Order: sequence, then structure tokens, then C-alpha cells
Amino acid sequence: MIDLVFAHPYPKRSRANRILLNAVRDISNLDVRSLYDIYPDFGIDVESEQAALLSAKLVVWQHPLYWYTAPGLMKHWFDKVLARGWAYGEGGSALHGKLCQWVVTTGGDQEAYSATGMHAFNFESFVPVMRQTAEFCGMKWLEPIVVHNAHRVSDKELHAVGRDYRKKLISLATEAQELVVHG
Amino acid sequence: MAEHGLLVDAFVYLAATVIFVPIASRLKLGSVLGYLVAGCIIGPWGIKLVENVESIMHFAEFGVVLMLFVIGLELDPRRLWAMRRAVFGGGGLQLLLSSVPLFGVAMLLGLHWQAALVASLSLALSSTAIVVQTMNERNIQATPVGRTTFSILLFQDIAAIPLIGLVPLLSDQASSESGGPVWLSALKIIAAIAAVVVVGLYATRPTLRFVAKIDSRELFTAFTLMLVVGIALLMSFVGVSMALGAFLAGVLLASSEYKHALETDIEPFKGLLMGLFFIAVGMSINFGLLSTAPLLVLGLLAAVVGFKLVMLRLFAPLFGVSKVQGILFGSLLSQAGEFAFVVFGVAREARILPGNWDAILTLVVALSMATTPLLLVLHDFLAARKTTASKREADVIDSELAPVIIAGFGRFGQIIGRLLFASGLTATVLDHDPDQIELLKPFGFRVFYGDATRLDLLHSAGAGRARAIVVAVDGVDECLEIVDIVRANFPALTIVARARNVTHYIELRKRGVTIIERETFEAALALGRKTLESLGVSPYEVKERSDRFRRHNIAMLEAILPHMADASKRVSLARQAREELEEQFRREQQLLARPESAGWRLDLDDADDSEEAAE
Ligand SMILES: Cc1cc2nc3c(=O)[nH]c(=O)nc-3n(C[C@H](O)[C@H](O)[C@H](O)COP(=O)(O)O)c2cc1C
Repeated sequence: MIDLVFAHPYPKRSRANRILLNAVRDISNLDVRSLYDIYPDFGIDVESEQAALLSAKLVVWQHPLYWYTAPGLMKHWFDKVLARGWAYGEGGSALHGKLCQWVVTTGGDQEAYSATGMHAFNFESFVPVMRQTAEFCGMKWLEPIVVHNAHRVSDKELHAVGRDYRKKLISLATEAQELVVHG
Repeated sequence: MAEHGLLVDAFVYLAATVIFVPIASRLKLGSVLGYLVAGCIIGPWGIKLVENVESIMHFAEFGVVLMLFVIGLELDPRRLWAMRRAVFGGGGLQLLLSSVPLFGVAMLLGLHWQAALVASLSLALSSTAIVVQTMNERNIQATPVGRTTFSILLFQDIAAIPLIGLVPLLSDQASSESGGPVWLSALKIIAAIAAVVVVGLYATRPTLRFVAKIDSRELFTAFTLMLVVGIALLMSFVGVSMALGAFLAGVLLASSEYKHALETDIEPFKGLLMGLFFIAVGMSINFGLLSTAPLLVLGLLAAVVGFKLVMLRLFAPLFGVSKVQGILFGSLLSQAGEFAFVVFGVAREARILPGNWDAILTLVVALSMATTPLLLVLHDFLAARKTTASKREADVIDSELAPVIIAGFGRFGQIIGRLLFASGLTATVLDHDPDQIELLKPFGFRVFYGDATRLDLLHSAGAGRARAIVVAVDGVDECLEIVDIVRANFPALTIVARARNVTHYIELRKRGVTIIERETFEAALALGRKTLESLGVSPYEVKERSDRFRRHNIAMLEAILPHMADASKRVSLARQAREELEEQFRREQQLLARPESAGWRLDLDDADDSEEAAE
């Protein structure tokens, strides 16, 4: 199972994320949880989110970058779902050993994410918060899929990223499957 | 003129009350002293406006009966059971502590031991009427002292039964005209109490429900009074204190949904009759006797009040009362009570008390009732001097009090009530539809029958102490009436109101209510959201639209509010309503056209059209 947690407030108005999501959404055993569609009032159902995570071997977090981090509802999802005693702390081992794939689109290009650019730091400087969130919960952090310059990048390029994204998820899923079978 | 006698008497009592009680209250002496003084003045030793003191006293004692009924209503059997130690332990101790020294005094005065026993035991009992009235006025019933005091009074009421029975047995003549052997009267008492319990538990509620359904307030009041009078009569017939019987009936109805309605209906009768009772006590103070034997009477008065007060003060910790409160505790219970009148009457008939002793003792009892308010004033004065330096003891609040009152428990109020209950909060619920109440009871709600537009009902529902009142009644007029009453009488109470429509909303806003929800607005908005979602608009976007719609709608309502006071503007507003509505539609359309966040495209000079690819 793959649990794809997706956060975009206006999924129908999205271009970059919509193309990427469409590239993977029909993978078998993949469950897309579009947070803004399920919880427009921010009333996250913690139990069902945790159940979805439990049944998955691979967890995907996909969203546009908003103010150098995840959109508000995704942050709220972290706050509520990754609970103490469940995801971390004493007895909090529900996510141990799961794989975590981060997929993010940003408005800035490579040059904007540099010491002299608009955002003053390398993009790598913004990764640790996400990464540590996953690792604090005992998940294995995978190489993120990042699409910069999301407003300008062509549909063609986006489709290409989408294909790689799809391949990666499928191979990770089968790998995990094999792990289960052989391990 | 004879046929006007009753009205003349009534006028005299009422006039005396209206004149003297406010004076006493003004002077912070408590209403009891006002009544007593009024009684002294209009009575046989004053300006002789009233003569037949004894029959009035007898009638007025019914006030005490009603009072105990009301007290009983406040104590359901569970709470009463929890009090058993305080009642029997504390009450027994008080009786012992007070009667022993008084017995000694009586023996020293040369009374026979039988007479001394009867006198000391009956003087040891306090006046439930005076004490409860005083505690109510000072609002201390819910404090530890208040609770302990009440437990002792309860014990005294119970102890009075065997005491009255004991008197004829002590008589040398052993005159047993008052009905058969002891076991027979015991049997009668048990049968009567059993009858009250059965009627109270099984027959009263259905009958009350039936009467309530007829929806005539007079009928309900009449039935309530009939119930209490009937029980009192039954009890006096078998020789139990009428007050105790009424108390028992009250306890049995305490957990009923009609509790507040009963309480409210009885309240005015109780108040007036209690006043009459105190007036009668005042009238019965025999100043002739006082002037012939001043030393004996005043000496006895000092002994009774002094011993009762001092013993309780000394042993206060044994009653669970702090040393600081000991004087208050002792003062409250320092007087002798109405039971003493009865016992002395019986003792006179049984020829236990020699000479004019019964008159002397009756005088002492009446005077002791007058000293209580004075002692309390003295206590306040001393306490005030002391506490200016030390800090005030923490307020003790009745923990059973619900923080929220819900007026109207139909489909709307219910949801609010259930949310509160689910959050661990209790609510006092008022509704005047007996069917509704009956329907809800199995679900464990505490619902009371009553009309929430009655100030007295709101009072007894605890509006003075609750934090908020939810007005969820169906009728617009009823709702506004409740709001007016609450605003005038309980300004600290937060009003949460359900509006039936926009006009109602505006009326509520004009009254300064700010927490209002139109009953259909949110539901319609929610369904509107679902409609948009079903057409494929993203849920979060839909939510933002509805949020903006709500904000705009409320802003519009608030904007027309100032014009509503002006009648001419209101008319023109009504005429404009249609155009307004069209305008409103137009504005809302513009308003909702764009999504909340148009993007964050610092690095783009021009909008990229392909991005607006909404589907
Ligand atoms: C509220 C908001 C905040 C944003 N913050 C950032 C940011 O901090 N860094 C950045 O590179 N892009 C930022 N962006 C641009 C988005 O990342 C970009 O619009 C998005 O990745 C485009 O993907 P989409 O087509 O799926 O909407 C922001 C956009 C919005 C609306």
C-alpha cells in the first residue's frame, strides 16, 4: 500500500501538482488523500488518517511549497496525526521502518534558491524540517522529488517528471512488497 | 363589619409588613426582626389591632410547612442519604449539648425533673423558620456552616415527634385520652409515612404531568397547594410534625422535572405565611408578664441563648465547623423554636408544668427568636472589624450548580444541550411542554417543566449564579421577553440566542445580544456548500466562498441595524428590500469570483494564463 498525502487548497486550479498527481494516481494499491478536499474545515479525522498510514509501507507527501514549507492544512495534519505515543515518544512506533517520499513544487527557480538569489538560501536549506519530521517518527527518508519554477516549467517537462515519479513509486512499492515476502 | 374582619386583618398584616420589613432590611437587621417588631406593635400588647393571636399562629405555621416542602425539593434522596451522619451525629450532639445545661438550670429553679426534662429538651430545639429564613437572606445555605446548621435543624424536626409523644407519658395522671397505646400511634405514623412515600413516588408525577398538560397556571398552583396541605393534614392527624411530612414529600419530588415549577408556585405563599408566622410570634410576646417578672424572664432568656450559643461555639470543631465560624454557627441556632410552643401547650394540658411556667417559657422562646437577628448583627460587626486585617475566607460555591441554563429544549436546544453534556457540563433545562420532557427523560437529561419568562422560575433555576443562558424557545415574542428579563435582572449572565429569522435577529441585536445564530442560516449554507461540491468545485474553495458569504451577510445585517430604530427609514428599507436583494446578489457574485489566495508569484511579471485552468 502507498499512502499519498496530498495538500493543495485548490487542486482544480493547480497545474504542476495536478500533472504530477495524475501521473501516479492510478497505481494499484495507492491511496490519495487530498486533505483540502476531505477536510475543508480543517477537522482532520485522526483515526482514519492513522489507519491509512498504518496500512501503508510507503508514505508520500506531495504539495506545493508555501512559505518555505507545507500548506497550512498539511502542517495541521502533522500536528494532529503524528501524535505522541503513536508516531513518536513512548510507544510511538507506528511509522517505524516505513519509507517517506517527499514531492514538492516551488515557485522559485534554481537561481532564486541560492545565496545571491531571491530566497537567499539553497533549496537544501529548507529540506531539514521535512526530513527530520519523517526521521523523528522513524521513517526512512528518500531522495525528494522537487520541481522548481513551477509556474514556468512546461507541461511537457512536468509530464516527464511525472513519469519518473510513477516509476519510482512502483519500484519502491514492489521493493517493499519483496521485503515483506522475503523478510 | 364582621364579614370584613378577615380582610381587615389581612390589611393590617400586609400594612405592618410593608412598613416594618423594609426598615429592618435597610438597617441590615434582617426581615425576621422587622416582622417580629411589626407583630409586637399591632398585637395585644401594642396598639391592639389584632387579638386572636393563637389561631393566627396556628394558621401561619403552615408557612413553615411550605418552607420545609421547598427545602425538601432541593434535596433529592441521594443527597439526603449523604447527609445522614451530619443529621443524626450532629443533630444528636447539639440536642445533648444544649439540653444538659438547661436541664441543670431548670432543676436549680426548683422544677420537678419531668418538667425540667420537657423544658430543657424543647428549649434545645431551634427555630427552623428563623434560621432558614436568615440563612436564605444571607445566602449561606451552601456553605459548610449552612449545611451543618441545616442538618441539625432536620434532626430537630425529627426529634420533635417523640418529644411531643413523650410529654403525656411523663405526666403523673397518665391521662391517655389522646388515642390508644404507643404501638398503635407508632403504627399510624409508619402507615402515614408509607402513604406519603408511595404517593410521592408513584402517584404525584403522573398527576402533575396531567395537570401541567392542561396548561393552566392556576390549576397547577392549586394542585401543588392541595398536595402540601393534604400531606400536612395527614401528618398532624397521626401526630407527626406537619413540616416533616411536607419535607418528606418535597424530597420525593426533588428529582422530578416539575421541581422548579413547584418551587416557584409555592414561593409567594411560603413567603407571606412565614411573614405572618413571625408577626404572630411578635404578637405573642407577653409584655405584661415581662414587666411582672423581668428578672426571671430575662435571666432565663440569657441562659437559653447563652448556653446554646456557647456550647456550639466551644464544640464547633466536632461539627466540622471552623473555629472562626463558631460564633455564627452558635448564633444561628441560639433561639428556641416553634416546636417549643407546641410542646408547652401539650405540657400544660398534661399538667406537667406548674403555675404560669408555660407562659413564662413561651415568652422566653418568643424573645429568643428576636435575639437571633440582633446577635447576627453583632457578629457581623465583630467579624467585619476582624476581617479588615485578615483576608476573606474563600467563597464556597454549591458545586451542583449548572453553569448553563437552556430555555427551550426542542430540537434546537437539545443539540446544544447534548454538546454541553458531551463536554462534561451540566445544564439546567427549562421547557414548558410536558411531552417534550417525558420524551427526553429516558435519555438522562435533567429537564424541568416551567415557563422561562417567569423571573421567579429563572431565579430558582439559578440564573443568578449561572454563567450563560441559551435562549432556544420557539416563539419569537417569548424569546425576546426572556432576553429582556435576563438583561434587566441578571446583567452578568451571558445570553446566547437562537434567532428564527432576520427580523428576530435584528430585534435581538437591538437588545444588545451579540451571540446569535439564525436557525436556518448555517444549515442552508452547509447544504449550499454541498451543492457546489456536487458540481465539482473543490471543497476548500467552496468553504472559503461560504465563509466570505457569511461575513458579508452579517456585515449587511449590521449595516441596516442603525436604521431599524427609525420607523420611516424602516418603511423605506422594506420598500427597497427587493432592489437590495438584487444588489446583494450582484455583490456576492463579484465577491466570490476569485479564490482567496491568488498565488504567490513574485518571480512572474505577467500572469500565466495556463495556470487558470480550472475545470
Ligand atoms: C501562499 C503561497 C505561498 C508560496 N510560498 C512559496 C515559497 O515560499 N517558495 C516558493 O518557491 N514558492 C512559493 N509559492 C509558489 C508555489 O510554490 C507555487 O505556486 C506552486 O508550487 C505551484 O504549483 P501548482 O501549480 O500545483 O499550484 C507560494 C505560493 C502561494 C500561493
